[in-house]
Amino acid sequence: MSERNNSAWSPSSREAERAIARKRISRKQGLIAATSSIFVIGTLIAIVLSSPGWEVVKKTFFNIDYGREVLPTVFAGLWINLQLTFIGGACIGVIALGLALMRTTKSPALTPFRFLATAYVDIFRGAPLILIILLVGFGVPALRLTGISSNVIFLGTVAVVLTYSAYVAEVIRSGILSIHPSQRAAARSLGLTSGQTMRYVVLPQAIRRVVPPLLNDFVSLLKDTGLVSILGVTDAVRAAQINSSRTFNYTPYVVAAVLFLLITIPMTRYTDRAIRQRTNAQNSEGSI
Amino acid sequence: MGNVLELIDIRKSFGEELVLNHLSLSVPEHTATVLIGASGSGKSTLLRCINLLESIDDGRILLDGDEISDPLINVDAVRRKLGMVFQSFNLFPHKTVLENITLAPIKVQGKNKEEAIESAQKLLRRFDLADKADQYPDRLSGGQQQRVAIIRSLACNPRLLLLDEITSALDPVLVNEVLSIVRDLKSDGMTMVLATHEMGFATQVADEVCFLESGNILERGSAQEVLHDPKNLKTKEFLKRVHEAGRI
Repeated sequence: MSERNNSAWSPSSREAERAIARKRISRKQGLIAATSSIFVIGTLIAIVLSSPGWEVVKKTFFNIDYGREVLPTVFAGLWINLQLTFIGGACIGVIALGLALMRTTKSPALTPFRFLATAYVDIFRGAPLILIILLVGFGVPALRLTGISSNVIFLGTVAVVLTYSAYVAEVIRSGILSIHPSQRAAARSLGLTSGQTMRYVVLPQAIRRVVPPLLNDFVSLLKDTGLVSILGVTDAVRAAQINSSRTFNYTPYVVAAVLFLLITIPMTRYTDRAIRQRTNAQNSEGSI
Repeated sequence: MGNVLELIDIRKSFGEELVLNHLSLSVPEHTATVLIGASGSGKSTLLRCINLLESIDDGRILLDGDEISDPLINVDAVRRKLGMVFQSFNLFPHKTVLENITLAPIKVQGKNKEEAIESAQKLLRRFDLADKADQYPDRLSGGQQQRVAIIRSLACNPRLLLLDEITSALDPVLVNEVLSIVRDLKSDGMTMVLATHEMGFATQVADEVCFLESGNILERGSAQEVLHDPKNLKTKEFLKRVHEAGRI
């Protein structure tokens, strides 16, 4: 065990020289990176600020006082987007899991459901979201059905949930299919039924594997909730639109975009990290 | 002493390829039957057919006298009586060692959790793995993983244990810790069918050795007869190749 003890180790003189050389190289590289960054970014800023149209651009898109004025209404709109994302996200998770299970089942009694789930996914994954929103948001109230709300927020959410369930179902299904058949063989040979095998062995591993792509879809979902504005829902996009169409100044759109970015950029960074960790974990899994 | 397992005139093909052909075999209680033969001779397929992971094309498989090759049989009930250990361990990577072992006793046999954990820990202690109970499989060496896989099958108290080249994926120095468990089980009287390339080990545990070639048993008999004094030319040739590879 003595050779494994690292605390007693002190570097040789050769190693000490190398450490100094390494430090010198990295200091030099840092200096080069900093100089080149300052030069390139500085030039870009100088070009933008000195261009003849900058004053107009600044007034129309980056009017700080006006931006501050519309911020509360746009922010109130964003709250709608967030609610839609979380409530919709929960519904999507449940429906998508059901669809994925139906599509992967081999049980003969569920055969019609397998066909239906496949058809559902084909349709809602293939049709533009905006069409589904228009169909549900304007089409359903036109039926004048009793008992179905004609609240645009509700109908908009339904449309988004319908479409995203299809996307997410495919992600979960790909996770289920990625689990090696030997895991299923091991579970079945212990006497677990096919349902128990799915529940205790396949699904827990599959979901873990697809967390990063699901996070990606979650970011897209947040952005796409902006589309329900076409139904007249006063979300962040709509709030910005109302303001800018009144003043012909486009700063409210920029405000809305910045608010979205403040949420989506950290989320995508987090997703990237999750993907990296997932890849590392898979690489160390070896023969399993 | 009755036969735990009886295979009668089994035939199995994958598409055009005939994998098992007119194969018959009886496994009496408390005996170990060792299947030897080159890769592709049908050893693994035979074990997977017994376990109903593959369905046979023709013939009959009897477990304790009941025909389990009947398509109307409840496969889950059959598999409850059989334990299977795979070449690549196939532990569940998202579950700890203890959870791997207790999953089937709790969910399949309906034992309560404390009882299942207690008997799992007893088995882990017996095979020197008690300190690994809460580890995940990827923290274990190959030999430890395979020992856990064996314990996982034992936890269901199988009537018959099927071992499919359980040391083929292991480092030579780890082989023995796995094989010593099998020796223990043999002396406990466990009925086993095992496919292996470890001829020395086969000599130690086998009550009967069967040499498979192209899906058929070409030679069978005691380890002494088949491994040390083979009659069939192909058996001789196979053993010579194994010998040259240093595995005897």
